[in-house]
Amino acid sequence: MNGIFFGLRPVCRKEFTHILRDPTTLFFALLIPVLELFLFGYAVDTNVRQIPTVIFDESHTQDSRSLIQSFAASDIFRISFYVQSEPDMYATMRSGKARVAIRIPYDYARNLQRGKTASVLVLVDGSDSSVAGIAVDASTGVALMQSLNRIPGLTAPAIEVRPSVLYNPATRSANFFIPGLIAVLLQVMIILLIALSLVRERERGTLEQLTMTPIAPLGLMVGKMIPYGVLAFGELCIILTVMDFIFQVPIHGSVIMLLLMSLPFILTVLAIGLLISTRARTQAEAFQLAMSTILPSVFLSGYIFQISTMPAFFRGVSALIPTTYYIQIIRGIVLRGSAFSDLWVNALVLTLMGLAAILLAARAFVKQDAV
Amino acid sequence: MSSAPSSTAAPAPVIRADHLTIRFGDVTAVDDVSFHLDKGELFGFLGPNGSGKTTIIRALCGLIPLTSGNATILGMDVRQHAKDIKRHVGYMSQKFGLYEDLTVSENLNFYAAAYGLSSTVANARIKELLALTSLEPYFTRRVAQLSGGWKQRLALACAIIHSPEVVFLDEPTAGIDPVARRSLWDLFFQLAGQGVTFFVTTHYMDEAERCGRLGYIYMSRLIALGTVADLQELPDANPPGTSRVEIEAPQVSVLLTQLRQFPGVREATIFGRAIHALVETRSIDALQAAFPQLAIRTIQASLEDIFVTLTLHIMGVPQ
Repeated sequence: MNGIFFGLRPVCRKEFTHILRDPTTLFFALLIPVLELFLFGYAVDTNVRQIPTVIFDESHTQDSRSLIQSFAASDIFRISFYVQSEPDMYATMRSGKARVAIRIPYDYARNLQRGKTASVLVLVDGSDSSVAGIAVDASTGVALMQSLNRIPGLTAPAIEVRPSVLYNPATRSANFFIPGLIAVLLQVMIILLIALSLVRERERGTLEQLTMTPIAPLGLMVGKMIPYGVLAFGELCIILTVMDFIFQVPIHGSVIMLLLMSLPFILTVLAIGLLISTRARTQAEAFQLAMSTILPSVFLSGYIFQISTMPAFFRGVSALIPTTYYIQIIRGIVLRGSAFSDLWVNALVLTLMGLAAILLAARAFVKQDAV
Repeated sequence: MSSAPSSTAAPAPVIRADHLTIRFGDVTAVDDVSFHLDKGELFGFLGPNGSGKTTIIRALCGLIPLTSGNATILGMDVRQHAKDIKRHVGYMSQKFGLYEDLTVSENLNFYAAAYGLSSTVANARIKELLALTSLEPYFTRRVAQLSGGWKQRLALACAIIHSPEVVFLDEPTAGIDPVARRSLWDLFFQLAGQGVTFFVTTHYMDEAERCGRLGYIYMSRLIALGTVADLQELPDANPPGTSRVEIEAPQVSVLLTQLRQFPGVREATIFGRAIHALVETRSIDALQAAFPQLAIRTIQASLEDIFVTLTLHIMGVPQ
């Protein structure tokens, strides 16, 4: 290769040799993300079920028992404790043994029979927001069903909502989280490996030697990107396989298209890794910089929190994060079976980001090392 | 690629630096430095750390822009022909620039390809260099398993893989043992004999004495330039009215303290069992009278003496 890519081929070949000679890097690159996928894949389950619940039943009637029954019958609540006093009820909540407390007052059955509104106190532990929201919704639902049952002559409710969840019918959170997790794991691995590889050369003085050769900055950069890109692509194939066969998250769209549309993302994060390596003097610095990219790409990319509910400023930030676009691509193809026409804009944005980052990295490199 | 200018009757200097000045912001790293190097010369460049030696090398290779002045290598202007210059210049530093996890052969082949040599040319050149550096037995060995001396030979082989006409060596022998150092210098002389021009920075005085000509840079300025004999004649190195003497004494360290307080003694330092001192010639008799038991004899300034005296002179230490 000549011109602006001079030296690409020898750098590329040398870098492949480095990778193959260094079992720690290979291990780190191929196995750790899979292990992390297992860890997070099994740990992350936001579906709330079986919330431990404490009952304080002052009524002790047929009606109150029937109400408790219907709470227990829902999958959401698990009746764990019965207490006989108000202090005991609060103590159980404070200790965290129960997340929900249901207090049925002594006049519950009497009010019902007189046709008055009978009130039931439902206390919810707000220290876990996802549990709290679901507990409130579910208890309202239980009460509503109980009320409807009491209307004489009502055989069926007037309006019935029949929700049907498309694309992830079981609403398994694994289906939702694992594709995003793959994006984040892939990103961390690639950025770290390529940034360390360049900074290592700076630390050991070989970079100084390279600047004395006719190798062009882009030859060096792209020559390093190819081997790590191949490594990343192999890793992507491995984790997609694990996702499909072990976590049972099927890929609804075209696998080929998913792999192809992953290339712009791999390109962009490789370039970001190089950009980081031009800023870092030591491997420790490079490591810290690489780690600092994790939090924004976890919290602002739509991986965990919806982008549409973010304040305008953070929506702007999330539009600058490559992971945002890739998460849309991978979720679209894996969960919804999206087509190229649905996602090409994301791929285009990623490609442009990647090219811009490569040019920036090459320029920063010339400024810092070659000049 | 531009070629070196056609040789006329008087060969043009291989390296020509005219009033070279390099500033980084407010810091002047190189201040009005001029020198010429001829083909096959082995030029020693000395000076304390941070005095600008490496900056000059990088500037001559076209990696740092000149603030003012001119420099050419093989007739090519460093401002305009940085890329071409790289193909004619070799560089080796004390950091080796070798990949420890690659073998000797892989390092050589990588640098050959980095300079764009075709595989035929590369193979022939590698064979030649292996013979020159006696590295054949280690051809398939990883660099990490080589000793410092062998690494240094390999680093040299990599630095001259593209048969450069000019070689810059930046403290090439820092931290290797004397035997390895000597054999490396033998290699430099062998190559210089073939017409390769060497520009070597070093802190070792014995190495400096091997160089045909020397430059001494201090505080970004070239303060001495010439052969060892030229430098010994420098007025600044031998201030008028002073003499260099060697004084043998049973307890040199005690004597050193006494000498440094003695009027007329400008410098004094210990050399083994003796003291080398720069004293005012008219004080020698007084010195002998004060220490009648000591043998005082006049000596020629060593390179180290010269550089210390020059440095103190520049710093404005009263002499």
